[in-house]
Amino acid sequence: MAKTPVTFTLNDAETALFVDPGAPLIDVLRRGAGDLTPKHGCGQGTCGACTVMIDGRPHLSCLTLAETIEGRNVRTTGGLANGPELHPLQTAFMEGFAAQCGFCTSGMLMAAKALLDHKPNPTRDDVIEAISGNLCRCTGYEPIVDAILIAAARMQGRTA
Amino acid sequence: MLSIDIFKTLNEAASAMTDRSRYLAGGTLVMRDVTYGDQSFDNFIRVRDVDVTIRSEAGGIRIGAGATMSDLLSSTDVSFLHPVARSIGGPAIRNMATVGGNLFAQNPYGDLTTALLAMDAQIEMSSGQNQPIEAFLSNRTTTRGLVAAVIVPRLSTSEFRFAKVSRVKPKGVSLIALAAWLRHGNVRIAFGNMGPTPLRAKSAERALNTSIDDTSIAQACAQCTEGLAPEDDALGSAWYRSEVAPIHLKRLLIGGNR
Repeated sequence: MAKTPVTFTLNDAETALFVDPGAPLIDVLRRGAGDLTPKHGCGQGTCGACTVMIDGRPHLSCLTLAETIEGRNVRTTGGLANGPELHPLQTAFMEGFAAQCGFCTSGMLMAAKALLDHKPNPTRDDVIEAISGNLCRCTGYEPIVDAILIAAARMQGRTA
Repeated sequence: MLSIDIFKTLNEAASAMTDRSRYLAGGTLVMRDVTYGDQSFDNFIRVRDVDVTIRSEAGGIRIGAGATMSDLLSSTDVSFLHPVARSIGGPAIRNMATVGGNLFAQNPYGDLTTALLAMDAQIEMSSGQNQPIEAFLSNRTTTRGLVAAVIVPRLSTSEFRFAKVSRVKPKGVSLIALAAWLRHGNVRIAFGNMGPTPLRAKSAERALNTSIDDTSIAQACAQCTEGLAPEDDALGSAWYRSEVAPIHLKRLLIGGNR
């Protein structure tokens, strides 16, 4: 079966790849584009480790048919940092021990970024709702929720 | 290896469907099957311009089958469906999962369909024909054609109730889903995960048709599992579901504005 060409924007970079028919976006990002930041967890839409942003909204890359992203804008954790300068979410996660094994972290960061992009001053309940599709088996979630609130406060120039 | 065919209209797509085809909308159900190596299909059918509109019409509110759970949450026309849409998945799933797809979701999914059954939704097929959701669900595995839209009555949030019983907080799949349309004299109650498809609890509905008070609620709860067919799964046994269903129905009925 012939591969299909797909062009899209990946973290602001124009990207063109040939994809296998039926391939999920996560395979194309990891194997095709070499962006290993989205993690392949459950493969059935339960864990959220593969969360990426498509056109500014969170999507699960394991359940997204790669061909459907033609012409669309994809953001992954790989595009969060600006050179050596970490995104405030990444800094808050690191300082607050919001990552232990780290497998969920990439999905958590993208779910959190999607929230803060639309709601810069979220409540604790907003944060819990935003990451309700992302499973973490290490932290008990509290450090993650705290880190997101701290990052939100810093991005708004206030203290949490 | 999968082939993918994209069509301009839903009618063209419906004509192209074969036994080896699956229709791909949001992908939250069928992409799982791809990942798990389902060999029962080898062709995806898609439509270029999917109907995602939600609009008020003479007969109710028409929701395009391609509308996502997030689209429902953005529409004030269907505010009575917001608690249902919000209960489904996290934000990422809600940005993907469609109303049309939910009609075909197997247990433990399909909470929206339970709500649509309680509100007596009409299913508009690609052929232009409408059918009541109850008839649609009874033969959804063999039905031909594609779903174009779902038409729901214009309800107030006070006459419609929904509850999702889950073992995981804040979000988890349903152990049981319940929905009730408390119309005077014509109550409809639907249970999800209490049978192969969402099912109505008709004995309980009859008990509530003359009045909704403590006596009729007690009677409805006592009879609510009649006609239901719960199954064992990893979340709970059929016995457990039958035991707790009356309790959750009672909470649903006495809650809210009463």
